[in-house]
Amino acid sequence: MFRYVVKRLLLMIPTLFGAAVLIFLLMRAIPGDICYLRLAAGGGTVAPDVLRICRAELGLDQPLIAQFLTFIKGLVTFDFGKSMWTNRPIIEEIGLRFQLSLQVAIMATLTAILIAIPLGTISAVRQNTWIDYFVRTFTIAGIAMPSFWLGILIILGILITSKAWFGVAWMPPIRYVPLWEDPWYNLSMLIWPALATGYRYSAVATRMTRSALLEVLREDYVRTARAKGLYEKLVINRHALRNALLPVVTVLGIEFAFLMGGLVVTEQVFNLNGLGKLFVESVLNHDYQMTQILVMLVVAIFAFTNFVVDILYAWLDPRIRYTR
Amino acid sequence: MASTETASATVIEDIPRRPTILATLGAFSRENPLGACGGFIVIVMIVMAFFAPWLTSYDPTANDFGAMLAPPDGDHFLGTDQFGRDLLSRIIYGARTALLVGFVSSFVGCFLGLILGVTSAYFGGRFDLLFQRVMDVFMAFPLIILALAVVAIFGTGVQNVIIAITIPVIPRAARIVRASALAIREMPYVDAARANGFSHSRIIFRHMMPNVMAPFLIILTAQVGQAILIEASLSYLGLGVQEPIPAWGLMLRGGAQEYAESAPWVAIFPGLAITLAVFGFNLFGDALRDWLDPKMKT
Repeated sequence: MFRYVVKRLLLMIPTLFGAAVLIFLLMRAIPGDICYLRLAAGGGTVAPDVLRICRAELGLDQPLIAQFLTFIKGLVTFDFGKSMWTNRPIIEEIGLRFQLSLQVAIMATLTAILIAIPLGTISAVRQNTWIDYFVRTFTIAGIAMPSFWLGILIILGILITSKAWFGVAWMPPIRYVPLWEDPWYNLSMLIWPALATGYRYSAVATRMTRSALLEVLREDYVRTARAKGLYEKLVINRHALRNALLPVVTVLGIEFAFLMGGLVVTEQVFNLNGLGKLFVESVLNHDYQMTQILVMLVVAIFAFTNFVVDILYAWLDPRIRYTR
Repeated sequence: MASTETASATVIEDIPRRPTILATLGAFSRENPLGACGGFIVIVMIVMAFFAPWLTSYDPTANDFGAMLAPPDGDHFLGTDQFGRDLLSRIIYGARTALLVGFVSSFVGCFLGLILGVTSAYFGGRFDLLFQRVMDVFMAFPLIILALAVVAIFGTGVQNVIIAITIPVIPRAARIVRASALAIREMPYVDAARANGFSHSRIIFRHMMPNVMAPFLIILTAQVGQAILIEASLSYLGLGVQEPIPAWGLMLRGGAQEYAESAPWVAIFPGLAITLAVFGFNLFGDALRDWLDPKMKT
């Protein structure tokens, strides 16, 4: 087991390194440069001297390979540097928004779990009945519906109902307050984006729960459990569902890492100042350093989630551990 | 002599005829009613895209400041947006954008993925290992982030959106194709081809590729819906198709949200179009998967 963990951990290094190379080159390939953008604000002229000083300050006059080494060194020593756009430490800029995005992500995951497991179970147990067809349509719709549109519909719904019920239009607040300071205020702001992203997420997880459970329900040990006269409820909950949850956990883990992409659009809809928005802004501002660190953060979360899922798999299922 | 001839003639007649396309379609819809539904939506979309000018009397880009944010009525079936543009004709023309981006990016992406996946599986060994690591990197990159970077490099516009969506499709297709190709590499007919001294490219293109068509078609249809969704997201963020080209995601940007309360139709119909289109492609793709690969059926 220990060997497997170490091997799996080492496998993350090439992925992270490759991602670093890729984002470094991608950023350098974006035409235009941050100094010009920052000083001339998209128009007007800047003296070449001023540009040169700015570039030297940001280290952009160095050869590419030197810039890359600085970047890698910063990553390895966890010294992430400053935003090239605002000149504030990146840790600070990310920290400001990380809390918000993480909370939305966690709430979306909870929404997904709460919806997916009961729905997926009932859909599998009552396969090919109207409940199953309803659940399947619900999940396919969830995968087809863009989360930003769902977000717009949610806002529209809030506006219309609040006007009809209270006479005044109510909108979710847009200033972030941490959960422990004012939970009510915080939740009234973040529950909506969590629902908008959570729907799609739950749809993916519901499908997985259904198909995994359908497979397990055909196993011999389920038949044995039924044959010895166990209550159907016990058969489903104890024998079948527990064994079906493994792939569901995988999907939840992988989708959790991919929530970042969903957040980019949802934050735009709800006008939230989170990581997704920061990401779009830093790409458009040519903020190389910030974008690179953000991408590495996302890729690291993705690689780590995959790692945890694999370890979980090996831990829960000895067959995997011994064959590798 | 004569008897042998008649015998062989009977044998030939006994070979079942290849079912006609219509019969195959009929069997498909009977077995997969949901998939047939999806297929129907897809066909409606294609018809809309092809016959757009005949289906609507309004120019999708023409402003009509006398009818701004007009509610749906006899003149404008789905109402108008804040510039007085007819929503129905923008949605119909928008199908062109969605299909163009969806089909081209998934087809090119899946095709490149097919070649890479089969080649990697065929050669195996170190080449395969290296290829796998490179694919890992691309898979770890969230799709929208890669697309965002590509758009930032090449700029916005239909053509660049297609490139932005194609690139992330490649590793996804390659991975799935590679998995099936690995099994095919061990088949006796591949050994036979190798023993005949055929070139690598001939074995890859003529012997292996036709045999991974099932997973290829499955991933292809699955990707079209995804591509339409990503195009809509990018356009919604202002990083995709640009005004005044009619595109569904773009129609939800800016005005749609601003005027949502007084003119909800501006916010509702384009989103409905995206959802229906992706819904159709996904249903069809799922059914196709069950049809082509009964092993994967659940």
